Amino acid sequence: MRDPKTAFVYLALGAGAVVVAFPFYWMLASALKPLTEIYDLRLIPAHPTLANFTEVLTRTRFPRWFGNSLIVAAITTASVAFFDSLVGYVLAKLQFPGRGVIFVMILATLMIPTEMLVIPWYVMSSAYGWINTYWGIMFPGLLSAFGVFLIRQFMSGVPDELLDAGRMDGVTEFGLYWRIALPQIRPALAALCIFTFLGNWNAFLWPTIVIQTANMRTLPVGIALFSGEAGSAWNLIMASSALAVLPVLGVFAVLQRQIIEGITLTGLRS
Amino acid sequence: MGLGTRRALWAYTFLLVPLLFFLTIRLAPAFSALYISLHEWNIISPSKPFVGLQNFRLLAHDPSFGRAAVNTLRYVLVGIPAQIALGLVLALALQRINRFRGLFRALYFMPFVTPIVAAAWVWQWMYSQNFGPLNGLLAELRLPLQPFLRSPAQSLYAVTAMTVWQFLGFQVVIFLAGLEAIPRVYYEAAAVDGASGWRLFRHMTVPLLNPTLVFSAVYGTIVYLQLFTQVLNMTFGDQGGPLASTLTMVLYVYQLGFQRFKMGEAAAATAVLFAVILIITLLQMRVLSKPVEY
Repeated sequence: MRDPKTAFVYLALGAGAVVVAFPFYWMLASALKPLTEIYDLRLIPAHPTLANFTEVLTRTRFPRWFGNSLIVAAITTASVAFFDSLVGYVLAKLQFPGRGVIFVMILATLMIPTEMLVIPWYVMSSAYGWINTYWGIMFPGLLSAFGVFLIRQFMSGVPDELLDAGRMDGVTEFGLYWRIALPQIRPALAALCIFTFLGNWNAFLWPTIVIQTANMRTLPVGIALFSGEAGSAWNLIMASSALAVLPVLGVFAVLQRQIIEGITLTGLRS
Repeated sequence: MGLGTRRALWAYTFLLVPLLFFLTIRLAPAFSALYISLHEWNIISPSKPFVGLQNFRLLAHDPSFGRAAVNTLRYVLVGIPAQIALGLVLALALQRINRFRGLFRALYFMPFVTPIVAAAWVWQWMYSQNFGPLNGLLAELRLPLQPFLRSPAQSLYAVTAMTVWQFLGFQVVIFLAGLEAIPRVYYEAAAVDGASGWRLFRHMTVPLLNPTLVFSAVYGTIVYLQLFTQVLNMTFGDQGGPLASTLTMVLYVYQLGFQRFKMGEAAAATAVLFAVILIITLLQMRVLSKPVEY
């Protein structure tokens, strides 16, 4: 630290970190302020209170929205983890006619932007009665082409000898995938799970289209509509934001290394 | 039945459900969107007549579509250079330090995992004209207060700043990985040749980082072309901002298709967006398939 250049680098990084972290701080500080204090610009609340949190939790259906998001994100993640790893395994390790065509077809779907699909999805959901149901919220995300691509890369690295030895021992074809190949690619699978969960936890465009009643709202949709109706009750808006952000940051604090390194590991995509 | 045939049958069995998904939920809807774009398609009305390219013509004459397209381009042209420059500076700075590197990296990364809706409302509050901390700071510094999201001239930049904040940590991680991939010996050789500072950065680091730069620009552009959640939530009461100054393509599609129920026109707009993204992706493939030249 004697080097003045290095000291300057630390200083700049510190200043940048303060700027980046400030919105989080301001959210929390505002969430702890009573309504009478919310419009003064004090950095530290004079009379901090948890009343805003209790009000959001009791007056709105926040717990229900939280639960909805949890259900949607958990089921979607489980589905993506299972099907994507299975497809990735099959495309990397089994020989069969049409393998190349199938892989290219799945890859091609990566180029289709979501907003192009939401209109047909909506038409489809209206026709089949999927509007405002959990299935309706979840079905577009149950598999991910990117995940298939990712897992296939990693499955290619699993030695064939390992699978052949399994075959000799009479392991079933499904067992080869489930018991032998899958444990070999755990880090990639974990990264895929984390990003799938986060993506679904934060998803907004499709949920806001397909959800119609307050009970079915996921957390982002609930917060957007609640905040839109709360007018100038910024203490409540900030409390609801904080309730949505803090659990995510808590998980991030624990899984920080895996999440950040997952980006490099998975070839850079959320 | 031979062993190979048996294994192939298993492969098809495992692929059955996934293939059904990709065909019916991804591929068919993409074609369906193109089909809808050629029809007058109102979800409420039972008649959906074929209208040829009428919807595309309507778009071309709709000033809001033009507004959305120009705005979206501005988001890309302002946001991507800012994000790449800041990300590169931060990554280089993080590479220089030994202590607290992980902590800084985590702090900068936090916004990327934060739910966008919540973050957008926090930023809306920060930008508040009379009660926001940003104007509070300006007042402290005896500078004139700014309207930010309430001003047609500033709102787009205010949204861009929030978006850059959100993606900066991701960008830093990408650059750190790119920098890490540059072999140490290159730096040692450069040191022997007496190269340092700006020259080293300009003539060695940047060319070697070229694939990462291209990836960042392309990936970032595709993300910025699809901005929606931030924009909708930062100017919630006045979707698209004052005088539609923050309106994006996707927000336009959302309003057209799901608030005005003109699904044919909305589908036509998504087809345009798809074409743009496709062209960018194909261009990227050509650029990245070229070997790096030193």
